[in-house]
Order: sequence, then structure tokens, then C-alpha cells
Amino acid sequence: MAHVEISTDSFQQTQASVSRRQLISGLFNVVGLLVILVATLVLLALVIQLVAQGAPRLNWKFFSSFASSDYNEAGILAPLVGSALVMLVTAAIAVPLGVAAGIYLEEYAPKNWLSALIEINVTNLAGVPSIVYGLLALGFFNQTLKLGESIVTAGLTLALLILPIVIVTTREALRAIPSLLREAAYALGASKWQVIWDHILPYSSGSILTGVIIGLSRAIGETAPLITIGALTFIAFLPPSPVKAEFPFISFEWLQAPFTVMPIQMFNWVSRPEPEFQINAAAAGAVLIFMTLAMNGLAIYLRYRFRKGVKW
Amino acid sequence: MTDPSLPSSKVAQYTQKKATRELQEWLIQAVLFLAGFSCVATTIAIMYILISESVFFFQQISIWEFLTSTDWSPLFDPPGYGILPLVSGTLTTTLVALFVAVPMGTIAAIYLSEFASAKLREVVKPILELLAGIPTVVYGYFALLFVTPALQWLYAPMGPFLSGRFPDLFPVELSGFNMLGPGIVMGLMITPLISSISEDAMRAVPIGLREGSYAMGATRLQTALRVVFPSAISGISAAYILGISRAVGETMIVAIAAGLQPTFTFNPLESAATITAYIVQVSLGDLPYGSIEYQTIFAAGLTLVIVTLVFNIIGYFLSRRFRETY
Repeated sequence: MAHVEISTDSFQQTQASVSRRQLISGLFNVVGLLVILVATLVLLALVIQLVAQGAPRLNWKFFSSFASSDYNEAGILAPLVGSALVMLVTAAIAVPLGVAAGIYLEEYAPKNWLSALIEINVTNLAGVPSIVYGLLALGFFNQTLKLGESIVTAGLTLALLILPIVIVTTREALRAIPSLLREAAYALGASKWQVIWDHILPYSSGSILTGVIIGLSRAIGETAPLITIGALTFIAFLPPSPVKAEFPFISFEWLQAPFTVMPIQMFNWVSRPEPEFQINAAAAGAVLIFMTLAMNGLAIYLRYRFRKGVKW
Repeated sequence: MTDPSLPSSKVAQYTQKKATRELQEWLIQAVLFLAGFSCVATTIAIMYILISESVFFFQQISIWEFLTSTDWSPLFDPPGYGILPLVSGTLTTTLVALFVAVPMGTIAAIYLSEFASAKLREVVKPILELLAGIPTVVYGYFALLFVTPALQWLYAPMGPFLSGRFPDLFPVELSGFNMLGPGIVMGLMITPLISSISEDAMRAVPIGLREGSYAMGATRLQTALRVVFPSAISGISAAYILGISRAVGETMIVAIAAGLQPTFTFNPLESAATITAYIVQVSLGDLPYGSIEYQTIFAAGLTLVIVTLVFNIIGYFLSRRFRETY
């Protein structure tokens, strides 16, 4: 092998170039960490700001009182109940519809223009601004279908809003199931639906649940589409109870009741000029952020657990 | 094929069973198809509502006035129906948001994909996800009562000097409602979106490309910027476009913190209204169904949908144009 002579000069040059480039690379490492740190600090600052500002109001009275023009008396009972009921309607519509659509697109849809159209629509709907759903609710549910400014309108609107999230996570969950499982079930004579219902869905239900929780946490914080349908901000009563003493024990009157939800109550308090109401807003925000963070945290934890537990 | 050894009654029973099963399967498939089709129905309903209400609007207001006039004051007398002030507000807040989100999101993505250890990534990704999950009304509160006061404090010492030099550009004092604060917060909000999609795109780049680059003596950063980033550009550009479309459609942050006065300006230090904020403002009042003011929000909504649709289509073609297949 021929021996190549390297002059000390060029060797030093190379060495300098390497260490310079390594330094720049190392600097970027620091910059990247800083960016991550900033994001974390923002999250912390937000939570701390809300809790610190809202602390004087975060007591039992705040949770058990209705809205009031006196900032000391005002509470979040009506929006808490409202949020819970709206979420119930949203989940009751979005989960079956979204999971069914996801199953269709992943397992059944033939490769033709119609399936392509549905797929494009799902992607597109995910990008439609939330307030546009509010306009749909105002023009269609409220004016055309005459559902009014009610819990059912709000639930429907938010269900449509989170439908793409549920569909996409359902598809991903189904795709993650190995085809071995399908083939085994088919080999035993199961029909397509039996394969899906008895085998694929039970295995993917965990991941689907994660997507549903993330979708619902998005819906619970959504304000804009409910403002357009005119969700009231001053409600001093609860919707009729869904459980009744006499037969048939269940009533659906509450579906048609006017309502308010947490984010709308918070928005209303933020936009008041009196600084005292900002404290109420902060307290409502702290409750809201606790709910969404808890839901998101649960989803992240579930996903982590399922990923760890499943070994195909 | 039927087995000759089976009695014919048994065969008939099986055929019967098979027929009911096939019918059942067909029914299930039909129901599932309808569920899938509900997405198409939603899109159709959205477009129908927006267009039908806007048609009434454009019967009274010319499209020319709507697109070129710089006066948007439908609730005042005399009313003005030019969408440009709302568009300028939307574009300005979006630009401010992008100035924050694109560098932060890209750096975070490069860092998480190329530099961070697997352990750190496991911790950081959930934090970013939580950041993306915070309700926008809370971000609005944050913009109005935390970021804007902080900006005012920062701006106070240089305000008089700057406004002395450029009185048209810089106010003496930063107003409590401006587009800068909500823009920055919006940028923080879409940073996780951009970083997570970009990171996915970069991690999809095959390891062989990186190894080739390292073998040529490149550092981590050089590999990230000159090999991984260009290879993942389709996914990254899609992330940027999604971020833009998210910022354009963002409602509550700007409705709370940017002020609600439609002003034709591109100066982020001034207060202005966006398309979305205007819709909120009108919805808060009591507007009679069918009035021209009621219809303005549908015309504004249609503009919004068209703008976001254009961005989505650009994103689609960008990601197709630069798609690399491995």
C-alpha cells in the first residue's frame, strides 16, 4: 500500500475544521434544549398564572354557585353540568359514528373514487376552522332543523368537530393489528364482521379509547363553535334531570335545555372590564385546564401502557 | 360445491344460513358506509349553508365592494362591507404566529429527531402534546393578561424613542389590545403541531442516509440540516402549511386579546380584528335571522373556508411535489 504523506499543516487544518463543526453542532444541542425548555416554561407559566390568580375563588362555593353579577357570588355550577351533558351527547354521537366510519375506511372501502372522496373529506374536515362548525350549527341545526340553542345542538356540533380525530385514530388502531389475527379467524370460518367485532375491535379498543379521550378533551375546551349558536353565559338554573321518579325513569328533556359550558363562562368573565372578574376567569381557567390536562394525561398514559403491553 | 354425502335437508339449512349471514354482512357494510359518508355529508352541509347564506349577502352587496373596500363596519351607520381589514388582521396575526412557531417548531423537531436521547424524547413529547391540548380560551386569557402586559413592560422604555423616529409605525405606548401578543401566543400554540409532524417526517428518513453522511465526516448538525431536513421537506412543508391553516382559523385568542376593531393595517403593534374574531363578535350580540348583519358572518365564514382550503391544497401539492420515496 502506498504511503500518503500528510503535512502537519493540513492535518491541523482538518483538526480545526472538525472541532469547529463539532462546536457548532454542540451549540445547536444547547439551542434545541432551550427551545424545549421554553415550551415547558410556557406550560408551567400558564398553569401557575391561572392557579395563582384564581386561588382566592377556588373553593366549594365557586363550584356550587350559579352565575351572578356579583363576582364574589358567581360560580361555575351551571357550566360544569353543561359541559358534562354536552360531552355526553358528543361522545354518544362521535364514538359510534367515528369508529364505524374508521372501520369502513380501513376494512371495507374498495379502492374507488367514492372511498377516495370520503378519505379526502376526512382530511379536509380536520383542517376546517372550528368556528366554521359553529356557522354550520347556527345555519343548519339551529335554523333549518330547529333544534334551538340547546344541549343537543352543541353536542352534535362538537361531535362533528371531533369526528375526524376519532376516525383517524380508529384507522391507526385497526392498522396496527397484524393480519395474522384476521387470517386465523377467517380460516375458522368467521365472516368479515365476526372477525372485526370479535377479534380486531377488542384488540384495538385501547388505542381507540385513547383517540376518543383526546377528541373529547379537544371538545371540552372548544369555545368558538358554541358562541355562534348563542350558548348563554348567564344561566342560573340546571337543565331538567335525566332521571325521573316516575315511569319511564329516564327523561330526555335536558337535551333541549339552554346551557352554558366552561370555556364560554371563562370567555365571558375574561371579556368583562372589571378586574375582579378576571380572578373568576382565572379560577374557571384553572378548572378547565385541569380537566383537559387530566384527560390528555390519561390518554398519554393509556397509549404508553398499551404500547408496552402488546407484543405481537 | 355441495358434499354429496350430506342429506339434502342439511344442505338447504346451510344454504339458508349462508344467505342470512350474507344479508347480515351486507346490512352491516351498508351501515358502516353511511357512517363513513357522514363526513362527505358534513362537508356538503357546511358548503351549502355558507354559500346559500352568502348568496343573499352578495345580492345586496357587490362582490367588488366586498373584496376591495377597506372599510368593514356592517354594524354601524353608514355600513361598510369590505373584507380587507379582516383579511389584513388575519394575515398579520398569522405571520406573527409563524415567526414564532416555524423556528421553534423546526428546531424542536430537529432536536427531538436527531439529537435527543430516547429517554428525553419520551418525556418531552407528552409535554408538547399537553401544550397542544390546552383550550384556546385559556391561551386567550394568557395572551391578554400575561403576554401583553409583559410586552408592554418591554416596550415602555423604547416606545417614546421609536415613535419619535417613526411616528407612523410605532405608538408611544403599546395598547392593551394588539396583534403582537395574541400572535406570539398563537405561535406557541401551533409550535407542538409543527414540531410533531416535522419530527415524524424526519424520523421516517432512512438511517442509511444519516450513516452515509456521518461516514463523510459530517457532524450531527450538518447531517440534520443538509441530509435529513431536505429529505423530509415534504412532511415539513406540510407541517408549516397545517400550521398556517390552523393560525388562520384560530378564533378565541384573537377574539380575546387583539381587540375587536376592524382596521386595515399590517402593523402588529396595532389592535385589529380577524375574520374569526368578527364572527364571534357578531354572534355575541342578538342578530335577527335573515338580516344582512346576520349574513355577513356567513360571507366572512366562506372567505375563511376558501383561504384555509387554498392553503390545504397548496400543502397537498407541496408534499406531492417534494415527495421522496425510499
